[in-house]
Amino acid sequence: MESLALLLAATLNAGTLLALAALGLLINERAGIVNLGAEGMMLVAAVAGFATAFHTGSDWMAFAAGACAGALMAAAFGALVIWFNTNQYATGLALSLFGAGFSAFVGIGYAPEKLSERVRFQIPWLTDIPFLGPALFRQHPMVYLTVALTVALTWFLYRSRAGLVLRAVGESPESAHALGYPVRRIRMAAVMAGGALCGVAGAYVSVIYTPLWVEGMVAGKGWIALALTTFATWRPIRVLLGAYLFGGVTMLQFHLQGEGVQLPSQFLTMLPYLATIVVLVLISRNEGFIRANMPASIGKPFFPGS
Amino acid sequence: MTPISKRSFVKAAGWIALAAAAALAGCGKKEEAAPAAAPAPSAPASAASVAAAKPEPLKVAFIYIGPVGDGGWTFAHDNGRKAVEKEFGDKIATTFVEKVPESADAERVFRDVASQGNKLIFGSTFGYMEPMLKVAADLKDVKFEHATGYKTAENMRTYDSRTYEGAYMAGVVAGGMTKTNVLGVVGSIPIPEVIRNINSFTLGAQSVNPKVKTKVVWVNEWFNPPKETEAAQSLINGGADVLMQNTDSSAVLQTAEKAGKYAFGWDSDMKAYAPNAHLASAVINWGPYYIKAVGDVLDNKWTSGQSWWGVKEGAIDLVSISDKVPAELKAKVDAVKAGLKDGSYVIWKGPIVGSDGKVVLAKDAVADDKFLGGIKFYVKGVEGKVPGEK
Repeated sequence: MESLALLLAATLNAGTLLALAALGLLINERAGIVNLGAEGMMLVAAVAGFATAFHTGSDWMAFAAGACAGALMAAAFGALVIWFNTNQYATGLALSLFGAGFSAFVGIGYAPEKLSERVRFQIPWLTDIPFLGPALFRQHPMVYLTVALTVALTWFLYRSRAGLVLRAVGESPESAHALGYPVRRIRMAAVMAGGALCGVAGAYVSVIYTPLWVEGMVAGKGWIALALTTFATWRPIRVLLGAYLFGGVTMLQFHLQGEGVQLPSQFLTMLPYLATIVVLVLISRNEGFIRANMPASIGKPFFPGS
Repeated sequence: MTPISKRSFVKAAGWIALAAAAALAGCGKKEEAAPAAAPAPSAPASAASVAAAKPEPLKVAFIYIGPVGDGGWTFAHDNGRKAVEKEFGDKIATTFVEKVPESADAERVFRDVASQGNKLIFGSTFGYMEPMLKVAADLKDVKFEHATGYKTAENMRTYDSRTYEGAYMAGVVAGGMTKTNVLGVVGSIPIPEVIRNINSFTLGAQSVNPKVKTKVVWVNEWFNPPKETEAAQSLINGGADVLMQNTDSSAVLQTAEKAGKYAFGWDSDMKAYAPNAHLASAVINWGPYYIKAVGDVLDNKWTSGQSWWGVKEGAIDLVSISDKVPAELKAKVDAVKAGLKDGSYVIWKGPIVGSDGKVVLAKDAVADDKFLGGIKFYVKGVEGKVPGEK
């Protein structure tokens, strides 16, 4: 029981990191823009967050710095793909490479540093409930905020007028343009919001998850988040559940290894990827459902007046 | 529409070039570190600025797999390079190139540094073996030194360090400090070197506490801080209270710090990363070997061969032992260290029993290097089985 509770707790922690980035990418993609630069944005945000936490001692300042760094990177990307109509995939890849190199360069001085003592969070009273306390109520506040964000994003996309406009821009920018909506500006806002969330995820890696800075430390989480967005058919709740599933299977396979289960570790290492893809493909195998949720103009440039 | 897309194409190209330049900045920048290493025979000005009568310094190049700022494997190698510079002063000039992947790129870098006049070239990772052999066959007047490999040539030899001795000493500390009698190891890739370290760590712990068990979790990577964190967390969840790792970052140590458990530094002294969790660091000093190798070339007595250095030669040590470790435990570590130094203490001496209960080393039998190089089993006390073992 005890170890199951701890496994759940670790799952929430691991899933939050992926969910934050994947939700950010979902906002981009709902507006029709694919940003393959997630890994690069997360790395730059990770070093920005680490440096801020190191100098100010505040996790929240670090998240803010990470969000700003991510949004800035995304703004550069957005300017190129939205106004200069560069290829979204090539520009995103360039952003990823740039982020990896740039973060390594500016982070040189921070590699030997460590953050001050980490605070351990728990919710009073709730934390003493047997099983549920250690499983759910001893997490960093960002874990709960991510759940709230998922709910808020669902409401925003499907219940608010602004969300409808955002989706319209991703479905048919021409129609949105004809109705008088500033398609390019809306797309830019979506790209920057997505970058900011990827930035928060990056800061979460270097300040909360693995409190250290070393170059390349995001180690592929950005790419996993990108894949997750697609496999979850651009639905926020599914993104969150997919992220927990991935985090959960990752922790489970380590747990099984530690318990000496007789399966090759190489197979277990592969398991989170396999399980997440299989589950998400199964729940969204309905072709009509995919068509209904996939932004119709994803990845396509928009030329007003053409 | 055409002008827009043309202009945007140019922009995109510029952006990609900028990104590529930035991504490569890490590699390029380091070559500047060789200002003194530049004097080609046709550049009398720089030669004169050193000293007119002095002989040309021996040029030595170090090729690294990781960044020197990794705080682990490559950092330790670069400390070795600095020790060489300190030892020989202006008799030599060193250069290093970092982040060279284990691919065809490595061959290009070896040829490049050789063409710049480096007469002794060190390669710091196993995967450089084949490219280095190829280049060594072509450039007979250059000496090559390859870390952790097993193939040699007339002008290429190998060197390695007995990291398992450090793991064993760390195990002695771990065995004395654990309260739960469960130790955890985050393993990188299941190759004999790493399995040997896990076994030696466990043997060290058992030498002071026969009740300990070791749990092992493999991440199948050398470097992936989030994964290392997850693996360490799952070991802690499983009851381990002292952790060790064979991966390249300080993530395991940081995770232990956050959870209020103990862990060790690996390859380099990692005390500063986790002042509470850090029990000691098992470090590699490449300096003594590098000094010997450079000395061999300077004295014209370099011959091919294979070296495997440990505590005895000053290549392996357990440093920065925490104040939390009781004095009698420290004394035990010191005794082991002294014994390894004068050769009176042998780690891999029978009877040693495998995790399946079979005797792998009979009573009083001493393992030779061939045996140590082929360890593919866990010793008794390590839980589970080596991945792939039947």
